[in-house]
Amino acid sequence: MSAHTSDDKTMSVKLIVWRQKGPNEPGRFETHLAKGITGHHSFLEMLDVVNEDLIKQGKDPIAFDHDCREGICGTCSTVVNGVPHGGQERTTLCQLHMRKFKDGDAIYLEPWRARAFPIIRDLVVDRGALDTLIQAAGYVSCHTGGVPDANAIPISKPDSDYAMDAAECIGCGACVAACPNGAAMLFAGAKVAQFAALPQGQVEAPERVAAMINAMKECGFGNCTNHYECQAACPKGIDVKFIARLNREFHKALFKAKAGAFIPLVEGE
Amino acid sequence: MRLLSDSIGRKAVVAVTGLFMVLFVVVHLLGNSTIFAGPDGINAYAEKLHGLGPFVWAFRAFMGVMLCLHVIFAILLTLENRAANPEKYAVKKMLKTTFAGETMIWTGLLLLAFIVYHLLQFTVRVTPDIVLGNDAKNRVDVFTMVFTSFRITPIVLVYVAAMITLFLHLSHGIQSIFQTIGLNNDKTMPQFGALGKVLSALFLVGYSAIPVLILAGILAK
Repeated sequence: MSAHTSDDKTMSVKLIVWRQKGPNEPGRFETHLAKGITGHHSFLEMLDVVNEDLIKQGKDPIAFDHDCREGICGTCSTVVNGVPHGGQERTTLCQLHMRKFKDGDAIYLEPWRARAFPIIRDLVVDRGALDTLIQAAGYVSCHTGGVPDANAIPISKPDSDYAMDAAECIGCGACVAACPNGAAMLFAGAKVAQFAALPQGQVEAPERVAAMINAMKECGFGNCTNHYECQAACPKGIDVKFIARLNREFHKALFKAKAGAFIPLVEGE
Repeated sequence: MRLLSDSIGRKAVVAVTGLFMVLFVVVHLLGNSTIFAGPDGINAYAEKLHGLGPFVWAFRAFMGVMLCLHVIFAILLTLENRAANPEKYAVKKMLKTTFAGETMIWTGLLLLAFIVYHLLQFTVRVTPDIVLGNDAKNRVDVFTMVFTSFRITPIVLVYVAAMITLFLHLSHGIQSIFQTIGLNNDKTMPQFGALGKVLSALFLVGYSAIPVLILAGILAK
């Protein structure tokens, strides 16, 4: 038996939650009291407690996204008090614990808000746009077959570390939710940078960056204005240097595209 | 890959045109500082500049194009960004951005208005405060023109306010140029940030010094 700590004390918090029945329904804030919460409850477990109470009362539970609850899948997606994932550095919402809150706190819960992420219900949004970006440009084309020999393609340690840092993205979309422009540049930048750093990805680098930028536009994401809110909100701490890399890859591709030939200035040319 | 319709292409246009304007701001400050050498300094400088004839007009045309592209694409991008984020949060806490970063479009539009006023005043010379004349060496007396205008308090206030606006715009804008054209990485990020802040502070002090010192009577004929 472990000793009792201050986390064992129960507390109540007031939740001001965005409720919306469907994609085209009007939404509104609803207030719920979360009672009997201890510091050991994760944020999502606290929501479970509230939902069990709502179900017992015959009311609709609060819809929210979650899956692994281990901080690695990127499914949880709620803006807590104005910060995606609640503002604890490099922490997904499922790993945020109620010991970070005080008895009687009022907590605002809102869904990711961006044109590219339509609300499905309450706090659940459709993040399919990120899948669209991956389908457009988040892969390398290669022949499948046997496992390649180790060290057949030499990759330096700095390059592999750089690519791994970019690959840490779990695709939760907090960067888009935090961005005042609803831009997906950190997500896209991490993908483009990850592949651009490795020999397997360099072959298709110009096509990839072009496809990525087109897909971002088609999905309705905004443009980057260098606020770096995305990096601050990212539960994996993805660096905005990857956005600079995306920009660099774009300019490289622009000059390489036609090898000195005419560079089209606008669509359709 | 399209320079003028792709997101990053448009941003690059804003960044590169912005870079040229920052370079102009540097040169313009150096030119203006000839006023500290008295009437002989700035009048001689102005005469030399006007003596360049067609080069002056080519330079003006180039800067005009830079300004227009910068403004047009910044407005287009801002409208796209507003459209991409139509539903605002009831509570939103910004973690990293600055007041300067959040107000770029507004400081930009204020600067545009200031540029129009500044050109009408000292280039076209049609505002009521302007005193035209020649100095003893029969050169256009720029010193007396500037000196007379900057003895008027409201004009000095407008100039200082505009320079504070420029400070805000560039303290975000300069580091932003390097990020957008892709020259940035995690090591250079704080350096470019510091460069932006130092340069914009220098511009604020350097440019404001002229009207303020004239109004205070420290820079006299």
